[in-house]
Amino acid sequence: MIGGLFIYNHKGEVLISRVYRDDIGRNAVDAFRVNVIHARQQVRSPVTNIARTSFFHVKRSNIWLAAVTKQNVNAAMVFEFLYKMCDVMAAYFGKISEENIKNNFVLIYELLDEILDFGYPQNSETGALKTFITQQGIKGQHQTKEEQSQITSQVTGQIGWRREGIKYRRNELFLDVLESVNLLMSPQGQVLSAHVSGRVVMKSYLSGMPECKFGMNDKIVIDKQGKGGASDDAGKSELGGSGKQSIAIDDCTFHQCVRLSKFDSERSISFIPPDGEYELMRYRTTKDIILPFRVIPLVREVGRTKLEVKVVIKSNFKPSLLAQKIEVRIPTPLNTSGVQVICMKGKAKYKASENAIVWKIKRMAGMKESQISAEIELLPTNDKKKWARPPISMNFEVPFAPSGLKVRYLKVFESKLNYSDHDVIKWVRYIGRSGIYETRC
Amino acid sequence: MEWASQLCENRGLGSKMTDSKYFTTTKKGEIFELKAELNSDKKEKKKEAVKKVIASMTVGKDVSALFPDVVNCMQTDNLELKKLVYLYLMNYAKSQPDMAIMAVNTFVKDCEDPNPLIRALAVRTMGCIRVDKITEYLCEPLRKCLKDEDPYVRKTAAVCVAKLHDINAQLVEDQGFLDTLKDLISDSNPMVVANAVAALSEIAESHPNSNLLDLNPQTINKLLTALNECTEWGQIFILDCLANYTPRDDRESQSICERVTPRLSHANSAVVLSAVKVLMKFMEMLPKDLDYYGTLLKKLAPPLVTLLSAEPELQYVALRNINLIVQKRPEILKHEMKVFFVKYNDPIYVKLEKLDIMIRLASQANIAQVLAELKEYATEVDVDFVRKAVRAIGRCAIKVEQSAERCVSTLLDLIQTKVNYVVQEAIVVIKDIFRKYPNKYESVIATLCENLDSLDEPEARAAMIWIVGEYAERIDNADELLESFLEGFHDESTQVQLQLLTAIVKLFLKKPTETQELVQQVLSLATQDSDNPDLRDRGYIYWRLLSTDPVAAKEVVLAEKPLISEETDLIEPTLLEELICHIGTLASVYHKPPSAFVEGSRGVQHKRLPARAGSGESTESPDVGQSVSGVSDAPPAVIPSQGDLLGDLLNLDLAPPTTTVPPVPSSMQMGAMDLLGGGLDSLMGDEPETLGGDLGGSPAMGVGVGVGVGVGVGLGPAPVGMPAGLGAAPAVGGGLGDLFDLGGGVGMTSGSYSPPRVVWLQAMKAKGLEISGTFARRGGVIQMDVSLTNKAMSVMSDFAVQFNKNSFGMAPAGPLQVLTPLGPNQTVEVSLPLSSTGPVMKMEPLNNLQVAVKNNIDVFYFSCQYPISLLFVEDGKMDRQVFLATWKDIPSDNEAQFQIKDCHLSSDAASNKLQGSNIFTVAKRTVEAQDMLYQSIKLTNGIWVLAELRIQTGNPNYTLSVKCRAPEVSQYVSQCYELILKN
Repeated sequence: MIGGLFIYNHKGEVLISRVYRDDIGRNAVDAFRVNVIHARQQVRSPVTNIARTSFFHVKRSNIWLAAVTKQNVNAAMVFEFLYKMCDVMAAYFGKISEENIKNNFVLIYELLDEILDFGYPQNSETGALKTFITQQGIKGQHQTKEEQSQITSQVTGQIGWRREGIKYRRNELFLDVLESVNLLMSPQGQVLSAHVSGRVVMKSYLSGMPECKFGMNDKIVIDKQGKGGASDDAGKSELGGSGKQSIAIDDCTFHQCVRLSKFDSERSISFIPPDGEYELMRYRTTKDIILPFRVIPLVREVGRTKLEVKVVIKSNFKPSLLAQKIEVRIPTPLNTSGVQVICMKGKAKYKASENAIVWKIKRMAGMKESQISAEIELLPTNDKKKWARPPISMNFEVPFAPSGLKVRYLKVFESKLNYSDHDVIKWVRYIGRSGIYETRC
Repeated sequence: MEWASQLCENRGLGSKMTDSKYFTTTKKGEIFELKAELNSDKKEKKKEAVKKVIASMTVGKDVSALFPDVVNCMQTDNLELKKLVYLYLMNYAKSQPDMAIMAVNTFVKDCEDPNPLIRALAVRTMGCIRVDKITEYLCEPLRKCLKDEDPYVRKTAAVCVAKLHDINAQLVEDQGFLDTLKDLISDSNPMVVANAVAALSEIAESHPNSNLLDLNPQTINKLLTALNECTEWGQIFILDCLANYTPRDDRESQSICERVTPRLSHANSAVVLSAVKVLMKFMEMLPKDLDYYGTLLKKLAPPLVTLLSAEPELQYVALRNINLIVQKRPEILKHEMKVFFVKYNDPIYVKLEKLDIMIRLASQANIAQVLAELKEYATEVDVDFVRKAVRAIGRCAIKVEQSAERCVSTLLDLIQTKVNYVVQEAIVVIKDIFRKYPNKYESVIATLCENLDSLDEPEARAAMIWIVGEYAERIDNADELLESFLEGFHDESTQVQLQLLTAIVKLFLKKPTETQELVQQVLSLATQDSDNPDLRDRGYIYWRLLSTDPVAAKEVVLAEKPLISEETDLIEPTLLEELICHIGTLASVYHKPPSAFVEGSRGVQHKRLPARAGSGESTESPDVGQSVSGVSDAPPAVIPSQGDLLGDLLNLDLAPPTTTVPPVPSSMQMGAMDLLGGGLDSLMGDEPETLGGDLGGSPAMGVGVGVGVGVGVGLGPAPVGMPAGLGAAPAVGGGLGDLFDLGGGVGMTSGSYSPPRVVWLQAMKAKGLEISGTFARRGGVIQMDVSLTNKAMSVMSDFAVQFNKNSFGMAPAGPLQVLTPLGPNQTVEVSLPLSSTGPVMKMEPLNNLQVAVKNNIDVFYFSCQYPISLLFVEDGKMDRQVFLATWKDIPSDNEAQFQIKDCHLSSDAASNKLQGSNIFTVAKRTVEAQDMLYQSIKLTNGIWVLAELRIQTGNPNYTLSVKCRAPEVSQYVSQCYELILKN
C-alpha cells in the first residue's frame, strides 16, 4: 500500500510530507526531488523506481504530488487516489497552489489522516468529509450524540456520499450534458478517428433521500422497448426534445452512487444522488457522430523561403444554431520570419511565441463557410530536418450534443417527504466542445 | 525557510493571518521559544505553537527535543489540537520510545470516549506508534474497538490490526486478533468488511502458507455482496482479494464473473482494472465453447478502451496492462486498433506504449491504416518515439507479409528525409527485412549505399556492412565500400569490427580474385592488431578455414540463415501468466514479477492462472490440488537455455567412452583431431552465434552455423552432411507413419513400440559406410539398434559413436561394440544401450538426435529422430487423485488436441496396446457411448504428460487431448499415440 505522500513546490521543496509506513524513510523525500523534479528533462514515466522504491506522481500547475511505496501496490488505485486527493483539496480551498497549500497545511494533514489509513484509501467523498473535517476544528465538542453517529454512519455507510436530513424549499435539479468531440482527419478529409467522450453532470438540490432514475436515448434500451410494445416511457419525454433517434453507446462509467448491478441487468440508471454538483456518468460513442466543423487545409511550399497556407472551415449543423468561441490554430515552422494573414471573418494573428497563426471567430451559424489565407516567410536554414507539420487544431463550443444523446427523463421519487416528481424543477442543457480536434496538413 | 519568509513579506501587512506563517519559524533559539509557548496557559497559544512544530517537522527539521512538551498538550478537548499532537507523536515516538509511554494513558482513555470519532482517532494513531514496549498496552483498547458498536471505529480498528501485525506479528497471533478480523468479514457494514479484507490480505501475504484468508464459497458470497455496497476503494480491496481465489469449477467461476462484470462500468479506473484482473483470471476456467465465454470477451473490450480517456498517468497504467492483455488474449482488442493511434499532445510515455500495442495488433486487415500512422509518427520531434516508429514499420513488414513491399517503400521515403537517426534506424530494420524475405527487395541497396557516410551509430554501421557483405555479388563497388570502413578499423566498436571481418570474408568467397589483398588486410587487423578476444578468435577461424578448405569455408560462411521470428519482445509465457494475476499493480506496470522489486517476504509468492476445469469430474476439494502440486511441479527440463552446441561438437571425444578398442587413426587425421580437441574448441566456445557473421538472429542460427564449422574445420574435405540434419529431418518423421501401416498386425499387443528400420546414413555420403537402424525400449532400457554395412572396397574398423547434446539428454551408455573389422559387403548388427542422463539442449524438432560415427576412414555425421515413446518410463502411472489435481493445475493454454483417424480398436484394446508402451490408463469413463480414457505418461526427465483419449463406438476417429507443463512435447506424444495404436 501507499507508504507515504509528499507534496512539493516547483523548486522541489517539501510542502507536505506524511509517511504511513515504516519502510519509507525521510531520504525518500530527497530521492524524488533529486531524481525527478531536478532531473530537468521531460518526464519519461509517471512511475519511477529509485532504489527499490516506487514513486507515483501527478502535477497540478507547478505543484508535484508524489505517492511512495516499496510494495507491489495497485498502481491504478494510487493514481486514482492522487487525483481524488486533488479534488478534495480543491473542494476545500480552491486552486492547488503553493500558497493555498501552505495556508492550509494543518487541514491537509487532517485530511490525509482521514482519507488514507496505513496507506489504504478510505472514504474520500467531500460531501461526507465536510461534515466532520472543518477548518474550525472545534465542531467535535458541540456535536450531539445523534450528530456524531450520523456522521460515522454516513462515512462508513452504503450511501457515503449523502447525508440525511437535507431540506430545500425549492426542489431543483440541473443536468448538463457536456461532450467533447475528438477528431483526427487526414489532409484529404478522411476521418482517421473520431469519438465523443461525454459527461452528464448533475447539480441537485433535493430534499431528503430521493431515489432518481435517469433515461436517455440509449439504443439498447430503445430497441428493447420497441420490442416490448408500448411501454409507459416510450415516446414520452419529459425533458429535452424528442427522443426518436437512438444512439449506440460504446461504453459508459458511473459515479459510485449508481447501482451498477441494476444497470448491468436492466440497463436502467437508478441512484440516490449526492447533494450539490457531481458527475453522474461518462460515456463514449464512436458511431454517427455529428462533426460540427470540417477543416480543409491547403499548404503550398513556394521555394525554400515561403509557404502559402489556405484553410477553409465549414460548419455542419442546423443553421438556426450558433457555434461560439471558435479558434483555429495553424502551426507555422520554427524558422518563420513573418506572416501575412487575410481572413474573411473574425480575427487572425501570428503568435511567434506559440509558432502558430491563431484565428478566432466569436460566433458562426450552421451551414456556413469561412476562409483564411496566409503567406509565411521563412528564414533560410541549413537544418536538414524537415518541419514536422503539426496538425491544425480547432476549438469551439456548440449548443448540442455531437453524439446525438438526448435526455429522455429524470424521475425523482422521495416517499418519505411530501413532494413528487412533478414538483421538482428540472433544467437540461447540452454543450458540445472540441476535444482534440485535429486535421493533418 | 527561505521561501516561507519571502512569501510572508510578499503578502505584506494587509493580508489575513493564515497558517503559512508557521513556516517562518526558522530563527535561532526557536526551540526554546516554542518550548515556552507549548507550556503556555493559553489554549490558543498552545495550538499556535504546535502548528509551528508541525511546520518545522514537515520541512525536515528536527524538533524531537520538544517531545515532552508536545505530549503534554495531548490531554485536550480540542480535536484539531489533538490531531496535531498525534501527528507529532507518530513521527517521533520511535526515536523517543521511553517518552512515548507517556501517551499510552491518553490513548486508553480516548478509546473509551463517547464520541466515536475520538475513539477511532485514538485507535488509528495508536497503531502508528511503532514502539515495541507500548504495543502490549494497546491490545485491550484495540480488542474493544474491534467490537465497537460504531462501524467507523470498527473499520479503523480493522486496519489497526494490520499495523500492529507489522510491528509485532507474534503478539497479534497470540492475542487472537486474526480471528476477530476474520469475523469482521461477516460484518453488516460494507466498509468494515472491505478494510478487514485489506488487512487480512496484507497479513496473509507475509504468511504465504497460512490459511488466513480462508476463501470458501460462503466468504466469497459475502465479499460479492459487500462489493455492491462499499466505497470505490473498498471495491478495489475486495476485487484484489477475490483475484486470489480459485473457484472449484467452471460453474462457480462463471457465477463470480457474472457478479463482477457490473464493476466494469465504474468511474474509478482502478475498480475497472481490478475487475478485469478477476475476469481474466477466472475466464481461464471457463470452457471456450461456452456462450458466456464469448459474451465475456466482448464485454471486456469497451471498458479497456474507455480507460484511454482517463488522465495520462492512468492511461499509462492502463496501456501497460493492455500490453499484457493483448499478448494473453489478442482477440479482445483486435478490432480496436484506432483507439491506440497516437495523439499529437499525448505525453511521451503514453505515445511509446501506444506504439507498442499498435504493432502487436497489426494484422493484414488494418495494416494500411497502421502504416499511414507510423509514417506520420516518423516525422515527429521526440527522437525515441521517431526511432520506435521507424522500427515499428520494419516489424510490420516482417509480421504481415502482404505489407512488406509498402513498408519497404515507406522506409525508403524516410531515408530520403536524410534525418540522421531516421536513416540509421531504417537501415537497421531493412537488414531484418532482407533476412526475412531474401532476394526480394535488394533493388533498394543502391539507395542504402548512398547514405553510407551519414551512419555514425554502431548498430546502423554494422547493419549496413552486413548488407554489403551479404549482397557483395550485386554491389559493384562492394570492395571499395568495405575498404572505406577498414581505414578506421580500430576506432570502430566491436560490433562493427566483427561485422566488417565477416563481410569481407563473404566478399572474398564471392569474388576471390579481386579481393585477396583486402581479406589479408582485415585478417591481419583482426588477429594481430586487436586485443579483443572475440575478434581475434573469429579472425583465426576464418583464416584457418580459408587456408585449409575454401569450399568448406563457403559452406560455413555463406550458409543459409534460419528464419527470423515474426513476433518480437513477447513476454515469456509463465511470466505473462504471473503478470496477468497482477493486473493493475506495479508489477504489471514494470512488467516484472513483484519479487524483482519488492524487498522481504512480501510478493515473493508466484501467482498462477487457474487451469481449465476437467469437465464433470471437478468436485475435488482444493486441498488435494495443493498437496499434490509438488508432484506435478517437476521442472520442465525440456527447455534448458540455448546451449553451446558448437563447443560440444568440437569437444566430441571421438574415442569410445570406455576404451576397449583404442582408435588407431592415420597420423594425418590424428593431427586434425588434436587441433580440434585442443586449441580450437576453447577458441570457439566463446560466442558461437557470432561466428557465422550474422547480426542478432535467433538462437537456431548459432546451431546451424556451428555445426557447419565443426564439419569444415575438423574433417577437411568431408562433404557437409549436417544441413541434412536440419533440413531433411522432418521428412523422416513423416515417413515413419506411413511405413507403419504395413506392420499393422493384431497379435503384438504387449511390448513397447519400435519403429521400423530406416537408413540414416547413405553409403555414398559416407565413403561406403551405410548405417540404418531403429530404436527400442526393452525392459526399461533404451536401445539403439544399428546395422553397419560396409559398401566400400576396404576393411573398416575402429568404430566409435558419439551424440550431440539433445532435448532429453540421450547418450550412449556404452561403447559401440564392433569387435571384428568389417569387411567389404559385410553387415554387422549392434545394439547400443542409451542412457538419458547426458547433457541437455533443446533440439528442433524435439526428438532430433545428431550422431557422429567414426571409423578408421573418417568421421560421419547424421541425424535421426526417435519416437518419444522411447522415453516413457515404466512407473508412469499416476494416482487418480493426483491426476485430477494435476490436470486442473496445468494451465489450459498448455492443452493440445489431436485427431487420430482410422483406428478401429476398442477402448480396452487401445488401452492395452498403449500400456505396452508405458502409456497408462488412470481412469476410464463412459458417457453416451463415448469412452474416455484418462492416461498418464512420465518421461525420463520427470515430465508428466496427461492425456484424455475419447473413443466413440463406431467412429474410427479418436480425439486426443494432451496436457503437459512442457507443451512442446504434446505434438510428439500424439504422434506416438498414432504410431502405437496403428501398429
